[in-house]
This record gives sequence, C-alpha cells and structure tokens, in this order.
Amino acid sequence: MALKIVKGSIDRMFDKNLQDLVRGIRNHKEDEAKYISTCIDEIKQELKQDNIAVKANAVCKLTYLQMLGYDVSWAAFNIVEVMSSSKFTYKRIGYLAASQCFHENTDVIMLTTNQIRKDLSSPNQYDTGVALTGLSCFVTPDLARDLANDIMTLMSHTKPYIRKKAVLIMYKVFLKYPESLRPAFPRLKEKLEDPDPGVQSAAVNVICELARRNPKNYLSLAPLFFKLMTSSTNNWVLIKIIKLFGALTPLEPRLGKKLIEPLTNLIHSTSAMSLLYECVNTVIAGQYSCSVGHIKSHLLCVQKLRILIEDSDQNLKYLGLLAMSKILKTHPKSVQSHKDLILQCLDDKDESIRLRALDLLYGMVSKKNLMEIVKKLMIHVDKAEGTTYRDELLTKIIDICSQSNYQYITNFEWYISILVELTRLEGTRHGHLIASQMLDVAIRVKAIRVFAVAQMATLLDNAHLLTGNMQRNGICEVLYAAAWICGEFSEHLENPVQTLEAMLRPKVATLPGHIQAVYVQNAAKLFATILKNQEGNTDSTAAQETSQMMIDRLPLFVQSANLEVQERASCILQLVKYIQKLQQKDVEVAEEVSALFAGELNPVAPKAQKKVPVPEGLDLDAWINEPPSESESEDEQPKAIFTKEEPKHSRPRHTEVDEKELARRREARKQEQANNPFYIKASPSSQKVYQEAPGVEHIPVVQIDLSVPLKVPGLPMSDQYVKLEEERRQKERAEKKKKEKKKRKEKRSGRGKKHDSGPESEEDITPAHVVDIVTEEMPEVGMHLSDDVAQEDQNHLPVRVKICICMFCLCRPLADSEKLPVRSHRAAGAPKSSAEDGEAENATPQEPKKKSSKEKRDKKKDKERDRKVRLRCWKHFPPSGHKSDSRSTQSEGRTVVTFLVFPLPRKVCDIQGNLQDGSQVVVSVIFENKSDSFLKSMEFNVLDSLNSKLQRPEGSGPHDGLTVPFQLPPGVSNEARFVFTVQSIVMPQKLKGTLTFIVKNEDSSTHEKLDFKLHFTCTSYLITTPCYSDAFAKLLESGDLKSSSVRLEGVNMPFHHLLARICFHHHFSVVERIDSCASMYSRSIQGHHVCLLVKTSGQTVSIDAKCDEPTLLGNVLDEIKQTFSQC
Amino acid sequence: MFALVANQKVVIDWPCFWVVLGGSFLPRGVYTVLLFKMQFMLLFSRQGKLRLQKWYVPLSDKEKKKITRELVQTVLARKPKMCSFLEWRDLKIVYKRYASLYFCCAIEDQDNELITLEIIHRYVELLDKYFGSVCELDIIFNFEKAYFILDEFLLGGEAQETSKKNVLKAIEQADLLQEVWWFQIWPLSLLVFSRISPAKPRHEYFNVPVY
Repeated sequence: MALKIVKGSIDRMFDKNLQDLVRGIRNHKEDEAKYISTCIDEIKQELKQDNIAVKANAVCKLTYLQMLGYDVSWAAFNIVEVMSSSKFTYKRIGYLAASQCFHENTDVIMLTTNQIRKDLSSPNQYDTGVALTGLSCFVTPDLARDLANDIMTLMSHTKPYIRKKAVLIMYKVFLKYPESLRPAFPRLKEKLEDPDPGVQSAAVNVICELARRNPKNYLSLAPLFFKLMTSSTNNWVLIKIIKLFGALTPLEPRLGKKLIEPLTNLIHSTSAMSLLYECVNTVIAGQYSCSVGHIKSHLLCVQKLRILIEDSDQNLKYLGLLAMSKILKTHPKSVQSHKDLILQCLDDKDESIRLRALDLLYGMVSKKNLMEIVKKLMIHVDKAEGTTYRDELLTKIIDICSQSNYQYITNFEWYISILVELTRLEGTRHGHLIASQMLDVAIRVKAIRVFAVAQMATLLDNAHLLTGNMQRNGICEVLYAAAWICGEFSEHLENPVQTLEAMLRPKVATLPGHIQAVYVQNAAKLFATILKNQEGNTDSTAAQETSQMMIDRLPLFVQSANLEVQERASCILQLVKYIQKLQQKDVEVAEEVSALFAGELNPVAPKAQKKVPVPEGLDLDAWINEPPSESESEDEQPKAIFTKEEPKHSRPRHTEVDEKELARRREARKQEQANNPFYIKASPSSQKVYQEAPGVEHIPVVQIDLSVPLKVPGLPMSDQYVKLEEERRQKERAEKKKKEKKKRKEKRSGRGKKHDSGPESEEDITPAHVVDIVTEEMPEVGMHLSDDVAQEDQNHLPVRVKICICMFCLCRPLADSEKLPVRSHRAAGAPKSSAEDGEAENATPQEPKKKSSKEKRDKKKDKERDRKVRLRCWKHFPPSGHKSDSRSTQSEGRTVVTFLVFPLPRKVCDIQGNLQDGSQVVVSVIFENKSDSFLKSMEFNVLDSLNSKLQRPEGSGPHDGLTVPFQLPPGVSNEARFVFTVQSIVMPQKLKGTLTFIVKNEDSSTHEKLDFKLHFTCTSYLITTPCYSDAFAKLLESGDLKSSSVRLEGVNMPFHHLLARICFHHHFSVVERIDSCASMYSRSIQGHHVCLLVKTSGQTVSIDAKCDEPTLLGNVLDEIKQTFSQC
Repeated sequence: MFALVANQKVVIDWPCFWVVLGGSFLPRGVYTVLLFKMQFMLLFSRQGKLRLQKWYVPLSDKEKKKITRELVQTVLARKPKMCSFLEWRDLKIVYKRYASLYFCCAIEDQDNELITLEIIHRYVELLDKYFGSVCELDIIFNFEKAYFILDEFLLGGEAQETSKKNVLKAIEQADLLQEVWWFQIWPLSLLVFSRISPAKPRHEYFNVPVY
C-alpha cells in the first residue's frame, strides 16, 4: 500500500500540472491546437488511473482547457468522481470543474444528487459552502426539487457563512422549482431580520429579485422594507430595497408618496454615487402622481443629474445623460433648461457620451432653438473625425429638422442651405438621405422652389467637387435630387443654359447609372424651358445653338452601358434632332416641346384619400378583387368585372365635404387632446397658420435677399439665414405685440376666459413657409393621427381578429369619435372610478340614469354583465352596422370588449389533401387597450371543444391558458396568434374563452377577466382559390358534388356589389360572369370544392350551389344568407 | 403579513423564464422579467485572451463562445478615455481595465451600473489582497484560486458578502484545509508583468461601512 502511494507520488512528479500546461501552451503559440490535443491525450490517460490526486490534477487542467474553449463534456463523469472525493482539496477542484462545465443537459448531474446532499450536511462548513457554490451554477429542476428541503434547513444553520449562501441559492431553487417558494418563504422572511448583516442583505437580495418578477405578492412586505430602508446604513441593501420599491410603487401609489421623503433625504445625504443614481432613477420612473412633493423631488433629481453630467468622470456623465433622456420623455421642459450643458457634452472625447447627448437633443429642439442647435451640430460635423460619428451627426441633424413634418423649421431657406452644406461631407453614406430631404422640401414647400433651384443649380455647377473621387460616391446621390429639382422647376432658373451645360458635361458619364438617367431626362426638361424662353426672342440662333449643344453632347449618353440611360438618351436625341429640323424651317416648337413635361406634381398627404367622402352607392368594404389569399399585395389581378368602379376611387377630390361634420370632429378631437396629458399642445396661433392657410399665395413669405452670396459653395451660408430669421422674428414679435396690445385693450373685460395666456411661448414663432402637405383637404393632419390609425385598422385589416378592450369607458368608440358626445370635463389628475362612472353616464345618452351611483356590489354585478364579449365575424358586418354595434357596447358600461373574429387558415396553397395542415387554423387576435390603464400578464384561454382545440405548448395541460407575450400600455394594440387544431370543418363552431389580465392603474392593480366567444364560421375555413372556367365546368360535370340552393329576397344592391360581398365575406372568387348570372368558386382548407351559381332578377337572388360535402355547403349557404339579411 | 402571500398562488411563469435564458435576442420590452443581477463576468487580456469566465445564466457552449468573442472585440475596440458602459444586445455591459486585464460584466437593463463597477473593483481588491499585488500571471497560473475568490464574493450573480475581510477569511480558512499541492509551488515564470493592483478609483461610487 505504502509502496503504491510512493509510486503514485513519483508518477505525479512526471505528470504535467496546471502550471506546466499553462506554460506549455504559452510556449507553443504557433501549434497550440496540436499541443493541446497531446495534452488532452495525456489527461485521458491520467483520468484512467486510480489515484484521486492525479485525477484531480487532470480535472483541474481540463477546467482550464474548457475556458480556452475546448469541449470537455466527455470528462463529466470524472468530474463527478473528483467531486465525491472525501478530501476538501479535491472536492473543491471537482465542484469548480462542475460549476464551469456542467449545464442543464449534462446527464451525470443526476448522479450527483446524493453526493451533494451529503456535502450539504457535512460538519465542515467549507464542504457545505463549496457544494452550495457549485450548486448555484448547475442547479437543475430535478436537483432543485430533491435538494430544496436540505437547503431550506441550511437557511437556519448556525454559521452565518452557510446561512447567507443558502439564502442566496434559494433564489435559484425557486426559479427551477417554483413549488418550493411557498414553504420556504416564511423562513426567508425571517432572515430579513437576521442578526448577521450578510445574511440579512442576502435575504433582501432574494426577496427583491422575487418581487421584481411578481411585485404583487410582496406588497405586504412593504412596511417591513420601509423600516429597513430608513434604518439600514448598508448601501448594497439600500439599493436593493429602493429597486424593490420601484417595482412596488406602480401597484400601490400611496407608497410613492410615502417614499418621496426618505428618497429625497437619501439623495441629499448620500455620498455614494451608486445609491444616489438609484434613488434618482426610482424617482424618475415613479412620477405618475403630480403632487407637490413629487415635483420638488423631481427638480432635485434634475439638479443632481446636472451635477453628474458636469462631473469630469466619464461614467457619471454617461449615466447622467441616460437618466436625463428618461426625464425627457415625461418632463421635456425641465430638461430643456439644461440645453447648454448637453450641447457641451457634444464636445466630449467619448463617443458614447456624444451619442447620448445627440439623442437628448432630438427631444429638446423647439422652433426657437432649432437653428442654434443645428448650427452647433454643424460645427461638430466639421470637427468630427471618424466617419461613423459624423454620419450619426448628419442623420441626427436631418432627423431633428424633419421631425413631425418639419414642425420646428421656420425658415426653409436656412434648411436648404444646411442641406447644401452637408453635401460637402466627404465619404458619408447618407447621400440619399440628403437627396430625399431636398426633394421633399422642394416639392412640398412651394415658396422655397426659387431658392432651392438656385442652390441646386450651383450644386450641379460644382458637381465635380462632389464626385472628384468615385469612392466617395455616397454623396453623389445628392446630384440626383439636384438634377431633378433643376429640371422640374426649371422655370425658376436664372441661367438655364448654364445649368444645361453643367448637366451635359462629359464628367457626368462617371456618375452611377440611375443618376445619369435623371440627368438626361431633366436635361430634356431644361431644354424645353430654354426653347420656350428663347422663342420669344427675334433671334432664333440662340435656340438653335442650344439644340446643337444637345445633339453634340447626348451621344455620350447614348453609348452608356446603363440601359436606362441609353434608352432615354437615344429617345431624347432623336427628339432634339427632329426639333432642330423644325427650327431650321422656322417652325415654332416650344409650346409642343414643353407640353411634353406639362403639369405639376402636387404633394398629396398620405391620408388624403380619407378626406374624400365616399360617393353614394359605393361600398368601400366590398372587395374589388377577391381578398388576397395570404400575404400577396392587394393590387394584383384586377378583375374585369369591377373595373367600372375604379374611376370613382381615384377621383382626387370631392367637393361635398360635410363642413359641420368636420367641425364637430375637430372639436371632439381638440377636447380629447386637451384632456390628454401626453398630448403636446401647439399654441393656437401656430395651429392657425397651418390650418387656415388657404393656399401658397397667401403665405407671408420673406423676401429673399438675393444679395446673399448663393454661388460660393465653399462658404457656409446658413448662418446668414439664422440672422435673417432673427430679424424676421423680431419684426414679427413687434407686430404681435402691437396686435396684442390692441387686443388687450379691446377685451380687457373678457380676460381669463379660456385663453392660455402663458408667457410668449416658443410656438408663437410663425414659420416663414408652410409645408405644403397640409393642404385644404387635410386641415387637421397630424392631430388626426389616432383616429386615422384606428380607421385604418378597421379598413385594412379585415383578415384579423380584433379584440378591443375598452376599460372603464374612458375610451373612444372604435373609430368614430364624432358619434359620441364629447367628454367636456375630465379631471386632469388621477381620475376616481366614481367620476368615471359619472362620465360614462354623460357618454351614454341611451341609459342616462341607470347607474348614477353604485355600491361596490352593484358594480360587480354590472361588470359581469357588461363584460360580455361581443364576438362577431368581421366580414358579416357592413361598416355602418359595425359602428352602431360598437356604439351600443360603449353605452352599456364599464368593461366592454368587442371581438371581431376571423380565423385565418394557415398555408393556403399547400393544404390540398394534407390533413395535417388542413386541420390547423391560425387565429390572429389584435389586442387593443382602449383604457387608460396599463394591462399586463394577459392570459388567453379557450375552452376546447371536441372538434377544435387550442394548441398549447408541450407539457401544459388542456386547461392552461396561453400567455400573451406582451403587455399593453394604454392606447396600444398588438397582435398575437393562436393556433387551433380543427378536426372537422363542416360545422360552424363557437368556442368560449376567457382573457385574464392585470389592470395596472394609478392607484390600484386588479385582476380582470373577460369572457369571449370565438366564432369559427364555415366560411372561415374557405380559402379564396382562383379557378378557370374550364376546370370549373369539369368539376361540375364530374357529378361528385351534391347540390343545394338558396333564395334571397329583397336584396337591393347592384349585382357586382352582391358578388363583391360574397367574394369578400365568404372567400369566393368569381369564375365567370355573364350579365346577371355568375359562377363562383372556393375551396376549404381540407380541399372541399364549393361552387356557386348566382342569378339575380329584380330583387331576388337565387344561389345554386354544389359541394362535395353537403353539411358544409348548407352551413356556408346559411352564412351567406345571414350576410345579406343583415344589410 | 405573510397571509397575503400564502393565500395567493405564487406564480413564477416558466415560459417567460425560458425565453429570457435564450434571452438577449428578443426585442427589448417584450419580456421584462428580471433574472439575475449579473449575467456573466469575463476577464480577458488586452490581446483578447480569455482569463476567466463565470456564467450566471445557463447558455450553451456555442452561445457562450459567440458572446465572448463578440464582447471581447467590442470592448477592446473602445478607446481608453471612453466611459465604462455600453449597451449590447439588450444587456448593459460594464467593464473596467486594470493594467492589461479587462474585467467585464453583463447586467440587466434595470440594474445599477455603478454598483457593478464597484463589484468589479471589489473583486480586484480581493485578488490583490489575496495574491499580494496581483498581476495577470497570478490569475493565469492560479486560475482556480481566482474562481474560488469570485465564488466566495458573488453567488449566482449576487454579491453575497460585502465585507472584504470576511471573504478573505473564508478563503484562507478553506485554503488551510487544502493539503499543500507540492507540485504547485514550482516557480512561476520570470516574466515581469505590470501589477494590476487597483489604484483608488477617482470616484467612490460606493462606500460601505466596514463591519
């Protein structure tokens, strides 16, 4: 025996130990992999030996190799062997190796359970400690389950060293084995008052982490933690507790008020920056109540942040800016006062700090300071080394200027000159961005065109400066815009011939193809303008010279390798040659040439179509084409039958705008915005400028001082515009003052009526130009957004389920805010529920007195009744019907849900005969939070029927709900998809379901439940499938189909509407149509053919139908019948 | 007080948990579940060589390697004057360089950066005390010791002991139990490495009363 040991020691002498390995690796830099593979071979040999010391040594080396990235999973068993050694030396190595190498899927972990248990109960505290430490790294659900009890016992161990480890590891155990939480919790709570500060802080840690996951359950501990917070001096613990309170305050607003004082004290007193930062963050995050104390503490935070940002330490600076950007979201005003500081940060050496500062700037601009800020940024652009940061600056400048429809720009000449200055950036990737801005501004701001054209002509003239090096071709995109602007608005050009020459320089041929193409095309436009100008003159030689120049220069482009350029050039070349011929015969051609490019492009607001009233008899909800089968674009395959309708659609403008209706809507919207604390109001004066400008002609445009040197591209000119702008503003201000004086005199008596008479706000600055997108058709663009979006959802998402959760009646009805009486008095602060009820009253003329004052019990009852869910197949509802429907739900009371359901079959094309796919239906549900509260922890559950089942993830029971993977802040909607398995599709079905969720209110958080029904109609199993008439005929002839028919009386609509309705609501496609007779086809997801023959005479419609499944056919026909009975 | 907790079902929702483990690749804000204070800690040299890694979230080896590679590159690319924080995927990275070694931690969005910096500093101080003016080579050749110290200081990503004295005491006593590995005492390389002993940071982000 002794001999053996001696032999072992001698063996070991020749083994490599860890140091040798490390040294070896360092010495074999060039063939490291080879060296290591020999080492691994040696290790394998060592692991085969009985000597545990040798094994431990080998395992230790393996751990090192594992860190270097080598796979050591093969040695897992040996690691377990070393772990179970009785000697602490080896055990320690073993546990270390295990904690580094083991993961959930390591199968040998199962073998360790007993060993770990033994170590946990070892009399030696370090054995226990090492086991606990290891366990924290590789605990699996199984281990957690088996060892939970042992660890729980350790939580009351005599040694604080073990206690604190046990407490900490309990958190891991809870995560892996949640059932252990309840039995262990009392003990965990005890540990909050443990005499040992280490154990106490561990307990605080664990409870805080748990509470951040599920704050509600820990609300009851708040007083205890409050006591700890005011008494503890340990910063680690304090930070944790403050974090915990940060999670709790949303649930219990009273807590927020109570916390302000100790938090403020801490902010004042602490010298620890981390604690200060934590406090500040918590105060910032928790500011939903507007109490005086809160505003004070908020101000204090901003002050402290300023100190952080001013600090020389980069880290504090960065964090200060980070926190500032959080404040910016809620209190932009208080951040704006620190503009100087943030601008200073732009000079910082650290790029990440500069980027943070840039982010902040974006939210800080106003009409007043935009020019100043951009000027600063431009200086930085010049100074910036490193293209990434410069590009970032460039995009930020453009972002800042163009945000919310150029809201803050008061002088577009200045903006254009900024853009032109930006073109001088070398090597930027954002040429296209600048180009698109130039185009946008030039097209939309009519008044700026003269100026823009002059600038662009200069740019074109100096194009060689930009394109000197093709490597920097990012910027040459700008020439695209320049050429187009010069061509399109060539009537404003001062010297068109010069520009034309510039555009036809040989150098142009080095530009990218798409730019050349624009050059060629716009050269033609310019040519037309020049002809027009010159033809008035008596001397015709000038015109002929121009033509000659075109003819001389164009061949260069005709030879271009780019097809587009070549085609346009040769086309235009021939044209010019022909013109030249005519010119030689002294024929006047200018008129005709310019007719080629006649007409002006008018900008149209993206939502302008919405403003066009729907003409009588046009059903916009009827499909023009059959509904898209899956995700194909809508504008494919226009069917011939409906083409008659199309002109009506595209009619640009309809004159019969219902002025009253509009005014009412506007009023309602304003009211709402006034009530909405998050809506940033524009002061009435600027609104007026936007709204009431009847046309460009009436806009007060500043005289452009052309003495400003436009032509020197190297000189920054934007500064001059800043000056000009200043002057203009001063003038305006003076005028305004005059006016105001007058006004004041006039209505002294009526003061304080409704006027928002603050100090002269920055919004009072009137812009010099109006962005033209705000045309007469769209007087309230921008303010209108939410409505439009809602409408859009409805109009364009018919193939979706729509669940709108309207909580507490504070919401609008789905789309038509105009139909509801305006809520005229809403408390700005936290609304009480009783007040809400009262308001619900006001909003519900139908049942005016029903629920004027309620006890809680009554409320509950009502809730239950009201929480009935409307569930409809969307397609069954013509828009008018739907509107009234949503209105009635609105009037009913508190918690109203409108579900509009339409199951969307998956995999439209390849279902044929494939029962696997054919039995799946995807239901997309749009959850829209119409309440003012935050909704979270939503669970969607459906009571399965024999036929239809909600697909749940593996391992969950048949009654488990599915977690909706998002939370809903107020006003937000999101979509979730749920897959259902359907056995038979021949019958329609209704599935009952519930949606549970937590409503997080300002002062409470409640569990709510909504019941709903999902209606799977038979039509929803049909897929629009096109069918050719010959295939259709064959199908009918085959004789496999059973027939059935239905007769609809009193259908009063044009035949094509009727067809469209069937197509849209029931997913048919028209096969053939002859006069008042049409054949239609559709197919189910399981491959049933459904054929219809629709005939109409007078008000009677007869539908003969054939299908290989009579039950399905019957149900589909019933559904069709229902559709038409409802309209 | 506990009654409230006991009566309600305590929910720790598994699906969310799993998602977070796969974690960092999901859009921020979808899953706001917070798990551990620290997700992982990496020590690597200026040359990008990994010296120590500790993962407090279970990830596959492949994933770990990928994250390590990406992070090492990102951090090394930063200039010396830059601040110690960066946003990476949906985590916050806090790093600090001590001589030739970078200490790099990943924390969750809502965690406190300054305290993480403090933890790093603490750890370096502990190493320094233990090895006596620690240098990179100490960590390379005694990497298991470095792990032991880390494990004694952090557990599951949480700081378990705020007192330096206690940590060192625990380590020393554990070391006493360990029989001397005579083959370990062979002389270290004679290379001279700069000591990474922590200078007092310019800022006390943190001050802890010593127990």
